[in-house]
Amino acid sequence: MRTFRKGGVHPQENKLTNDCIIENFPLPNKAVVFVSQHLGSPSLPVVKKGDRVRTGQLLAKIDGFICANTHSPYTGTISKIDLAEDFTGYKKMAFYIDVEENDEWEEGIDNSEDLVEQIKLSSEEIIEKIKQMGIVGLGGAAFPTHVKYMIPEGKKAEYLIVNAVECEPYLTSDYRLMQEKIKECFIGIEILKKALKVDKALIGIEKNKPDAINSFTLMAKNYKGIEVVGLKTKYPQGAEKQLIYALTKREVPSGKLPIDVGCVVNNIGTVQAVYSAVQKNQPLISNVLTLTGKNVKQRKNLLVRVGTPINSIIEYCGGLPEDTGKIISGGPMMGKAITELSAPTVKTTSSILIMSKKESSRKEETPCLRCGKCIDACPMGLEPVHIAQLAENRLWEETEKNAAMDCIECGCCLFTCPAGRPLLDLLRISKNQVATLRRQRAQR
Amino acid sequence: MSIIFYSVLVLVLTGVIAAVILFFVAKKFNVIEDPRIDVVCEILPGANCGGCGFAGCRALAEKIVNDNSLDNLFCPVGGKDIMQQVASYMNLEAEETQPKVAVVRCFGGKENTKQRVRYEGVRDCLYADMTFSSEGGCPNACLALGSCVKVCPFDAIRMDETTSLPKIDEDKCVACGICEKTCPRKVIEIRNKGIKNRKVFVGCVNKEKGALAKKNCEVSCIGCGKCQKACSFDAIVVENNLAYIDYNKCKLCRKCVNECPTGAIKEMNFPPKKENTQVEIKEIA
Repeated sequence: MRTFRKGGVHPQENKLTNDCIIENFPLPNKAVVFVSQHLGSPSLPVVKKGDRVRTGQLLAKIDGFICANTHSPYTGTISKIDLAEDFTGYKKMAFYIDVEENDEWEEGIDNSEDLVEQIKLSSEEIIEKIKQMGIVGLGGAAFPTHVKYMIPEGKKAEYLIVNAVECEPYLTSDYRLMQEKIKECFIGIEILKKALKVDKALIGIEKNKPDAINSFTLMAKNYKGIEVVGLKTKYPQGAEKQLIYALTKREVPSGKLPIDVGCVVNNIGTVQAVYSAVQKNQPLISNVLTLTGKNVKQRKNLLVRVGTPINSIIEYCGGLPEDTGKIISGGPMMGKAITELSAPTVKTTSSILIMSKKESSRKEETPCLRCGKCIDACPMGLEPVHIAQLAENRLWEETEKNAAMDCIECGCCLFTCPAGRPLLDLLRISKNQVATLRRQRAQR
Repeated sequence: MSIIFYSVLVLVLTGVIAAVILFFVAKKFNVIEDPRIDVVCEILPGANCGGCGFAGCRALAEKIVNDNSLDNLFCPVGGKDIMQQVASYMNLEAEETQPKVAVVRCFGGKENTKQRVRYEGVRDCLYADMTFSSEGGCPNACLALGSCVKVCPFDAIRMDETTSLPKIDEDKCVACGICEKTCPRKVIEIRNKGIKNRKVFVGCVNKEKGALAKKNCEVSCIGCGKCQKACSFDAIVVENNLAYIDYNKCKLCRKCVNECPTGAIKEMNFPPKKENTQVEIKEIA
């Protein structure tokens, strides 16, 4: 069975919401939509305070190379444009919208359920459309998708890789999307193949989703050049570089991008969003979100509009259980703790995970045993123990020499450490500091 | 016997040859160093803290001797006296500098903020700063994880358990500035030590609008500008909803301390006011 070359861990899967059909979440009364919801330079607002906006209307436009549009997920009035807290407690510019009950869609948006199969647009037009509709990578990083498709000169894409692995425990939003919108996913893949001008597409799915593998394999027979590959259930199978190796046996060199080995990787959620954008003119204004946790009363997969307050979603699912220890946005391995419950969701909020005190508490920190388990577990072949030690002594240049920047922050080292050392935290600091160092060097 | 004789002979010969080679090599590659560098290095305190901006004391001594000037060069550890000694040895004039000390510009400890979340990650302010705002919710507050305590080479910073904020021992602090560089939120500032260690400063670095800042912390600066109006020496500037007292202009009159509605401006090391004691006595009576 295909898998990545080294490292990885096997956390408990806990896919508790596998059978929950995606429900539409009701519109909130008031919503907060961040101006920029992507990685890169901030977008430029194009609406003013007091304007009435319709669903799908452009709120903020692209301002820079790595940037994305933001659209209004609601019909309503913009009460103010001001700073709002995101879930980390830091404040960012956002639109405050008073939402009207009935959606009034912007002209040109096809909001029906009909399937549009024929792809009319040319390659360039598709990429332009993706750019206009504000599609970002829904795998978690929120990297603007159209930038991936602007392939630099001298490089050529050979494979389109679709990431349908969903290796994080608990998360099922992608799985449900694959089950319920399978046709849309396949048309999306066809669109992206045309945009990239490639004839081979590989879909990677973990073996713990046999239904998805079966239905996708059956479906792939109707399409040319799409191959479905079952992958070993192992975390982090869905990390970009690991997935490329598992599917093509190509290794992305340190500091290089997937395009350097002829691959472009997109999440299955992004593929479905591309279908909606290109075929139906729908901008990215909603995403599928899993609300889960062992003690949660009603676990659900929900289709939530961007900008919905997180606490209203938790209320909808029966409120917070009593012994809540931590609430996490994203999966348990890579997600970030939510410190502010009134914060709104963003384009990439794929899960709200409510963990009990026992489940979420950290191991007590003891001195390093020098057992080397973290080195075995690291899928990038780094030495987390060594880098962490350097980081504790604030030797940032040394951490750079030890390839701290290659860390993908998957958290395998922290997961496996028997001494409970905060390895991932220290690696993240190193990455941050090395990035600052490099910026300083570039300025000089 | 002969074995001992030969071995001694061989060793002596090798020694002599090596000495001759070394003698010529040393002559050939002789490094001519200004002898004054050693003397200046002797005068400097030898803490190698890097507070002067150079790698260590010797690097500073080299710079002083090679440039033959003391412009913008100052050893914070040694202070005025040491610089005077260096200056008299080098026949230069030392710049007039005020002694300095580090101050913590945040009073939002346990007592003045409400804990909203609990941080469990690595005990390092750098990581906490990347992860979230702060336990009280203020995005500029002291994170109270003690990174400054760890880096201080003079053991001058301690975490105060009642306030959960770092406390600076002014006798030990030499204003080397390492804590200022380390603090990810720029809460620590190096300021003039002041006459008899007396200081007046704004204990807040929050640049949010007044209402937002006040929501999270009772002693935050809300940028109302009252202190600016009260100041007779133009020492206070309010910018981005935050007041800042220029320590070079401040005459320690303490008008602003009384004006501040939140108590974000604090006086340090002043003798207790007479009026206050009288009021207290009255109340008791």
